Amino acid sequence: MNRAAWVGAVVAIAGLGAFIHAGLQAAPGASDPLGEKTGGETTVFANGKNAFSHPAANLTDEERTRFFIGNSFFKRNWVEAPASTTARDGLGPHFLARSCGGCHLFDGRGEPPPWRKGLSDEQPLALLIRLSVPGVDAHGGPKHEPVYGDQFNIAAIQNVKPEGEVAMRWKPIQGRFADGTRYTLQQPQYTLRQLAYGPLVPGTLMSPRIAPQIMGVGLLEAIAEKDIVANAASQAALPGAIKGQPNRVWDAFAQREMLGRFGWKANVATLAHQTAGAFHGDIGITSRLFPAETCTPAQKDCLAAPNGSSDGQPELEDEMLEQVVFYQATLAPPARRNVRDPEVLQGQRLFAQAQCAVCHRPSYTTAEGPFPRLTSKALQGQTIWPYTDLLLHDMGDALADGRPDFLANGRQWKTPPLWGIGLIRDVNGHTRLMHDGRADGVLEAILWHGGEAEASKQQVLKMKPPERNALVKFVESL
Amino acid sequence: MHLKANLAAAILGLALSAQAQTAATPASVAGHYATLVHANYQDVLTTAVTLQDAIKAFTAAPSADTQAAARKAWLMAREYYGQTEAFRFYGGPIDNDDGPEGRINAWPMDESYVDSVNGKKAAGLVNNRKQAISKKALSGLNERGGEENIATGWHAIEFMLWGQDLSETGPGNRSFEDFVDGKAPNADRRRQYLNVVTELLVDDLSGLVKAWAPGQKANYRAKFEKGGNESLRKMFVSLGSLSRGELAGERLEVALASQDQEDEHSCFSDNTHRDAVTNAKGIENVWLGRFVRVDGSTLQGPSLRDLVAAKNTALAGKTSQQISGSVKAAEAIPAPFDRAIAGAKDAPGRVSIEKTIASLTAQSNDIVAAANAVGISKLTLVQP
Repeated sequence: MNRAAWVGAVVAIAGLGAFIHAGLQAAPGASDPLGEKTGGETTVFANGKNAFSHPAANLTDEERTRFFIGNSFFKRNWVEAPASTTARDGLGPHFLARSCGGCHLFDGRGEPPPWRKGLSDEQPLALLIRLSVPGVDAHGGPKHEPVYGDQFNIAAIQNVKPEGEVAMRWKPIQGRFADGTRYTLQQPQYTLRQLAYGPLVPGTLMSPRIAPQIMGVGLLEAIAEKDIVANAASQAALPGAIKGQPNRVWDAFAQREMLGRFGWKANVATLAHQTAGAFHGDIGITSRLFPAETCTPAQKDCLAAPNGSSDGQPELEDEMLEQVVFYQATLAPPARRNVRDPEVLQGQRLFAQAQCAVCHRPSYTTAEGPFPRLTSKALQGQTIWPYTDLLLHDMGDALADGRPDFLANGRQWKTPPLWGIGLIRDVNGHTRLMHDGRADGVLEAILWHGGEAEASKQQVLKMKPPERNALVKFVESL
Repeated sequence: MHLKANLAAAILGLALSAQAQTAATPASVAGHYATLVHANYQDVLTTAVTLQDAIKAFTAAPSADTQAAARKAWLMAREYYGQTEAFRFYGGPIDNDDGPEGRINAWPMDESYVDSVNGKKAAGLVNNRKQAISKKALSGLNERGGEENIATGWHAIEFMLWGQDLSETGPGNRSFEDFVDGKAPNADRRRQYLNVVTELLVDDLSGLVKAWAPGQKANYRAKFEKGGNESLRKMFVSLGSLSRGELAGERLEVALASQDQEDEHSCFSDNTHRDAVTNAKGIENVWLGRFVRVDGSTLQGPSLRDLVAAKNTALAGKTSQQISGSVKAAEAIPAPFDRAIAGAKDAPGRVSIEKTIASLTAQSNDIVAAANAVGISKLTLVQP
């Protein structure tokens, strides 16, 4: 046995130990014990600006063609109606971005605006504010704020007022590691101002959400529901604070309640719903799923604005929606880098020891997606390494938004997948993490963990600098 | 005596290095590739500086003649830039975390982001007098808030020189008077904009030439030449990704499906047919280790083809044939491209594009097989 294989075997055993300890089943990854091929046979070995933008490596040529056509719609700027380019008019009336790629630039991740002296003087680009009032809607979801709806849109077409501006103030939070090293986190605080349609209803709840990288979402959708439910059962049986819960949400595409997987609170079940919802809420494009513009009764200018469909049809045709969904579903996760680097291997052991892997579950074998025509068979039966349980966890006071979302309460967030995290810098030129980008880099993100993850964070606080570095290096290798 | 011995040693050394250059090893192939990349970027820089001179002359004295000269210089420079796209997709100097690709060649472009368009006279950065026009400001605005918000690069310059393509049969027909004070609003800013984006392009191209310059201790080339199989892997990733993803997929299939002029790469100048040819040629250059320079000389050296041929002669031959077939297929696409994509399924233009796509797709599979033949499997495609 050579040294690399030996180290690999040790790690595999250590990893298995963590699974047994956590009462979880390890997915069979015998041929790739380190999970280098993050997405199984779909994996692309890619880095640089395009690292998140490649189609699954094992698509057929016909599927590749569908992927590229979907990509062109994903990037395309929508324009105000009426316009000569009728295939892509209908922007707004209120919106946040003109294209999907406006927030998910290069299929990657958004970042908060920069700040000076604790204040951001630019409006956020890929960071939206969800709004609601206490109570639930007809499907058990958040109850829309009556004047502004379910999100705050800072842009509008001509002759319509933007809903207002987002003011961000940054408050430093000091802390120190057990070895005395100091650190500072920056906590953003949000205020909505220049409100175009009068005040928000008293007691309005707000939740900031940043646009995440999207590669691999088709594989997440293909994880069997029973595997996610089993994560919750295994965690319930463990001693300690980690008790994840699945979200259950209304899906507008399936027209039924389903297990939530997407969004920062697992508040969306399927890519089809997520995509149509983002077209609707973020770009102002109606579809069969969401046929009415988002204007509320108080927004007279919005209601009076022209729309992009002359024939009573939605602005987004079904076929185009399906191409965009297929495109995202088949975006490939890039392979891990430096998997056999001794420091990375040490970090991998520490990741398991600190119980990070209980929620950031490394591996699954995929089943089939919910809607066969919106995905590819190439995604099925793959051993994938997303590092998530797709469950909701209480993450403590500092992260709590206080805004329920279906079964998620105001302290819970979904464990985000970690694959691709080390390539965000390549693709988007930044390293902003967590639900609103408040953390700069992996270590800050860990330090923001609280609630169910408090014990794990305490372990990291006790680590010595070389151990912290190894842990970060491992996560960045994902 | 001493001198003679040195001379003999020098001759021997020369002979050895000449021999090393002809024998294809991973190191010699990577080394020659670096030479080829550097030469190609140098030729782009040379032709881009000529373009810059022409643009200075045009903006100093706008006329139909100076505009035509600038357009001609743009087309010439594009002949060399198109070939460099075979150096993308592996996080090299062009598209690593701070690589300039998006600043140089991003498309498709929402032209209303930059200047007036039909029906929206006040649109764009040019017409917003509060907006500073500097290299820094325009870099920051490029791709801000969307992948079509293109403020800089070849296609911004192209839009400045040609304008929107509103003609069925020809390219854009922007009047030089758009750059003449008193003839069009914000002509001063338009002149400034064109000069600033051109300067930025030249800066970025100079950076690429430096990254690939020979004899440097710490530039990208120095690392690449020592990269062994990893460098070969990068070359294969680039050829495969450009063949299937970028050229066949994004540039041809998408346009064919939408039949929309917005989906053609160089839509203002109607030069998209040449983009296809130069991309296909760029792939062939790397595969064969050959590049015909702007001065007419030919660079030739150890290549991926030679390495593959040593393992599997038939596969190397088949791949060469397919790659050269793609160049020929692309050359057969009639101009203008926006007319070629229109029409029925069996229209000659569409058929010629379909043929090019089919050839590029076959070639991408050959490239995967060729990489596998020399022991490289970590690619963006797997063998179907």
